[in-house]
Amino acid sequence: MTALLPLIPILPLGGFVLTGLLGRRYPDDAHRIAVWAVVASWVVASIVAVMALLHASPFGTGGAGITLWTWIPANGFASGFNASMGLFVDPLTACLLIVVTTIGMLVHVYSIGYMAHDPGRWRFFAYLNLFMFSMLLLVMADNFLLVFAGWELVGLCSYLLIGFWYPRRTAAVAAKKAFLVNRIGDMGFALGIMAIWTQLGTLNMQDVFAKFGSVPHEWQIAIALLIFCGAVGKSAQFPLHVWLPDAMEGPTPVSALIHAATMVNAGVYLVARCNPIFGAAPEVMVVVAAIGIFTAILAASIAFTQTDIKRVLAYSTLSQLGYMFASLGVGAWTAAIFHLMSHGFFKGLLFLDSGSVIHSVDGEQDMRKMGGLARKIPITYATMLVGAVAISGVPPLAGFFSKDEILGGAFKNGFLWVWAIGFVVAGMTAFYMFRLMGMTFWGPSHVDPEVEHHIHESPRSMTGPLILLAIPAALLGLAIGFPPETGLLHQWLAPVFASTIAASGHTEAAYNFFGVDGALAIGTTALVAVAIVLAWRLFGVEIPVLGLRAQPRPDQVREISARRGLALLYKGSFNKWWFDDINNKLFVEWGGKLAAAAFWFDRTVVDGTVNGIGTVTAGAGGWLRRVQTGRVQNYALGIALGLILVAAGYLVIAAR
Amino acid sequence: MSGLPILSLITFLPLLGAVLIAVLPSGDPNLIRRTALGTALATWVLSLILLVAFARTQAGFQFTEAADWIPSFGIQYKLGVDGLSVLMVVLTTTLSWISILASFGPIKFRVKEYMISFLVLEVGMIGVFVALDLFLFYIFWELVLVPMYLIIGIWGGANRIYATMKFVLYTLVGSLLMLVAILATAFTYQAATGSWAGAFDYEKLQAFAAAGSFGQNFQLLAFLALFLAFAIKVPMFPFHTWLPDAHTEAPTAGSVILAGVLLKLGAYGLIRFAVPLYPYAAHTFAWPIIVLSVIAIVYGAIVSIVQPDLKRLIAYSSVSHMGFVTLGIFVFTATALQGAILQMINHGLITGGLFLLVGVVYERTHDRSIAKMGGLAATMPIWSTVFGFFILASAGLPGLSGFVGEFLVFVGSFVYAPGIVVASIIVMVLVATYLLWMFQRVAFGPVSDFLAGLGDHVTDMSRVEFATLAPLAALIVVFGLFPSLILDFLNGPVQHFLVAAGSAVGG
Repeated sequence: MTALLPLIPILPLGGFVLTGLLGRRYPDDAHRIAVWAVVASWVVASIVAVMALLHASPFGTGGAGITLWTWIPANGFASGFNASMGLFVDPLTACLLIVVTTIGMLVHVYSIGYMAHDPGRWRFFAYLNLFMFSMLLLVMADNFLLVFAGWELVGLCSYLLIGFWYPRRTAAVAAKKAFLVNRIGDMGFALGIMAIWTQLGTLNMQDVFAKFGSVPHEWQIAIALLIFCGAVGKSAQFPLHVWLPDAMEGPTPVSALIHAATMVNAGVYLVARCNPIFGAAPEVMVVVAAIGIFTAILAASIAFTQTDIKRVLAYSTLSQLGYMFASLGVGAWTAAIFHLMSHGFFKGLLFLDSGSVIHSVDGEQDMRKMGGLARKIPITYATMLVGAVAISGVPPLAGFFSKDEILGGAFKNGFLWVWAIGFVVAGMTAFYMFRLMGMTFWGPSHVDPEVEHHIHESPRSMTGPLILLAIPAALLGLAIGFPPETGLLHQWLAPVFASTIAASGHTEAAYNFFGVDGALAIGTTALVAVAIVLAWRLFGVEIPVLGLRAQPRPDQVREISARRGLALLYKGSFNKWWFDDINNKLFVEWGGKLAAAAFWFDRTVVDGTVNGIGTVTAGAGGWLRRVQTGRVQNYALGIALGLILVAAGYLVIAAR
Repeated sequence: MSGLPILSLITFLPLLGAVLIAVLPSGDPNLIRRTALGTALATWVLSLILLVAFARTQAGFQFTEAADWIPSFGIQYKLGVDGLSVLMVVLTTTLSWISILASFGPIKFRVKEYMISFLVLEVGMIGVFVALDLFLFYIFWELVLVPMYLIIGIWGGANRIYATMKFVLYTLVGSLLMLVAILATAFTYQAATGSWAGAFDYEKLQAFAAAGSFGQNFQLLAFLALFLAFAIKVPMFPFHTWLPDAHTEAPTAGSVILAGVLLKLGAYGLIRFAVPLYPYAAHTFAWPIIVLSVIAIVYGAIVSIVQPDLKRLIAYSSVSHMGFVTLGIFVFTATALQGAILQMINHGLITGGLFLLVGVVYERTHDRSIAKMGGLAATMPIWSTVFGFFILASAGLPGLSGFVGEFLVFVGSFVYAPGIVVASIIVMVLVATYLLWMFQRVAFGPVSDFLAGLGDHVTDMSRVEFATLAPLAALIVVFGLFPSLILDFLNGPVQHFLVAAGSAVGG
């Protein structure tokens, strides 16, 4: 059984190689290889994942793996560094395998239609395959160095795909920005890996977790913090969140797959995977929760006012990832993975829907130039509505269950402040999502008349994946998250987190609908309902319910905030709280000046000294020329003096 | 293989080729080119035979050859290889034939002199790596200088005279100091043993050093002299400023050899001679050298960011990358030293490739300024893909060879003192900054006016150009996934180095 594991990443790797090699010769057909490679990978991954989730042999509750070869050998040295090329699957990996391969496969299919008219289609599919390989390597790696390899490779694919339309300067700049900001986090991750090696002499994850209790506590804190640095970069948490919105320069299927459903989850996966490390450093858990919930509300506040449909979704992704980190930080481990899965499906769906919308209005992404699209692209509308309802947390869709578990976990584990902020964010989420729905689908059309008459629903290869994704977005919660806290997912993942939870001392009270849990769920749901109604009222209703018919204008949020004296808040939100401007000043401008100063130093001081010595020597040479008198006696004298000097020096040295 | 003097064959086969070319008619450059390539390929094949025949698990030097040369001073013609020198020899022979092949198009005048210089250069480089007699080592070391001086000075760019004079004078200062150190060491040995026999013999001297027989003050002086010679060659900060000038002016193949092999001579000298002969001094000066290495890593990367010229950028990046090598040597851990040696090989492959790629563009545009480029991904897609690959390798992408070497140096240094790595890890961001920003300006965006003006001249890579890069790319992937192919050779040399360096701690 474990012999199947290598197939899962290798199939898309083979697809990448073949598509890349054959693409130039068969530009119209090469992408088929890539699609079938991912389908095959999905089949194998599904079998493996089901076995692992059922705790069947050989996986059991602890997982099972296979070592392919010794990547870096210790080479006969007692404490020589070593790392293996090994894969490992346990229930946690299995959850990720399902998300990655399923959404990956659907995005591949969707892209057949979406990229149909792009001459670089084969290149696009080759990169997508490379991404699948890298992401699968990341989640299946059995040691930290190999995780890091996958980690960097997904970053590379993200770079290649954000910059896919490279003649567009903004795309090239955004791609570079994503890679660099990620690398800032990766520095921390790399240091963490070195610290683990120095402390424990192994990088195999299961060994590290087993021995981690023996590490001195200050190193436990350092290691947890450093690993979290990596997670902050990859999952775009404050203060490294700035790359993700710009990453929307990439083709929309990329936004769906990499920048919503899979790669950005890698940080959440890593922290969850390292739960024994974080469990040993509760101080760091608080940091995780704080960063997470702060990112959640920060990003939600920005999503309020953005007008680019993909950017709203990007900030929403930041916000939802923040939820997941908050969940990890408060010790609600399973809830975080639950939200990772449900978010993967509904956010993947929302992005593909946005792609379908953009496709239908000729590439327009500004929601102020949309409106009234519901009737014209009904499948896109219906599936996007499912996604919006799901992310808003309306029962019984997926988002309701996973978000409810996070808020409940925060409340019951004593993190009231996390709960309180999370509660507010739940309302904000529902509002900005229905603002998006309203501006895009409802009310009168603001579409450019030129474009208006050829608005069309997308081809079946695109709507098919939408429908298929809408199913888990709607039903995943009921399927694996119900009844709350005892559903299938909890049974699957229990062994992964059991010892950490036991060590943390949080004894989980049974879920009680007629008690605190029910009260929290009803409270959140009520807030969400109010937010949806509010957005509905502001951004247009087609059905005259409760007299809520309104004539929506695109800039409602701005007008209202101006009227209520909140113009500054609006400005802050609209300008993304000026993070990009600060970074630009700090790193691009001042960093550039520093580099220029260093270069000046190199030319004038370092090289200047060298050339100065050269000039002085040349001058001295001119003076010394006079010594060349042509008289042999003078030379003989010089030679004798020199010999005496050398001999004296030699004697002095030898005497020591 | 026992009776066959394979090391002498490998070393002097290129000389034979050079003599042969000298008698060929100058009027037939293609014949000269093919003869040169054939010689280099034959040397390469011989070195591969050596690689296969070499017993990796056996400690000490193999294939040794010894004959008296100047018996009155104990100077011998003594050759021998351990795992480190075998790898360096193969790196040299590989890059040599690739460089000669890459010179077919660009070198159009004085082909005969060029190819002779190149083959003589190869003799010197191989000789440095196989010499086990210090005097012989010095001869080979200086032999390298002459052809390189000619290659830059005759076939170089506009400012070639300034660059080549600087290169030669700078290196000469170092090597004269080295000669003084070598002579002083031999005198000391002779004075202690009463005989000249073995006074220049590396193995004898090393055993002498291991016994703690070199006095501490003597060690400090001799080490400093040798270190300066090697540090200039590496080049370490602050002795690096000859490198950007030399690289910028050298013809493409000259840059490839300069970066790929010549810089390694310095690192090799540190590992082979400076530390094992003067271990007390090596430990005494370890921290200052570590600090200089960290400065080189970070400073080289920062300065790279603002370079306007493609070659100059790669030259400064070499300062940064070679900083890893010197760092890995002077933290005295097995992990870091193995990383340093990997880095020597990887830097040769990767930076050699980068210079070849810049050469490809230069051939078409006669320009290397980054500001004039733009949109090459559209006009030269294959070149851009290969360039991107080498850039990622240089940026340390896991799965490619550069990553393993740099990571091992970092891990080994972290074990020695975490602060070293904390101070230099920022290079992870800097390296991506200068490389990706450069790549963005060169390959992405709309096609620049300058390139558009050249029209059809900007064609994609030719088959020959691709053939020079494909082997390097293949090796970068293979060594990235299977670094043990190299590491297998290194147990013996690293063990030897650590024992030799460790023997000083008491003395």
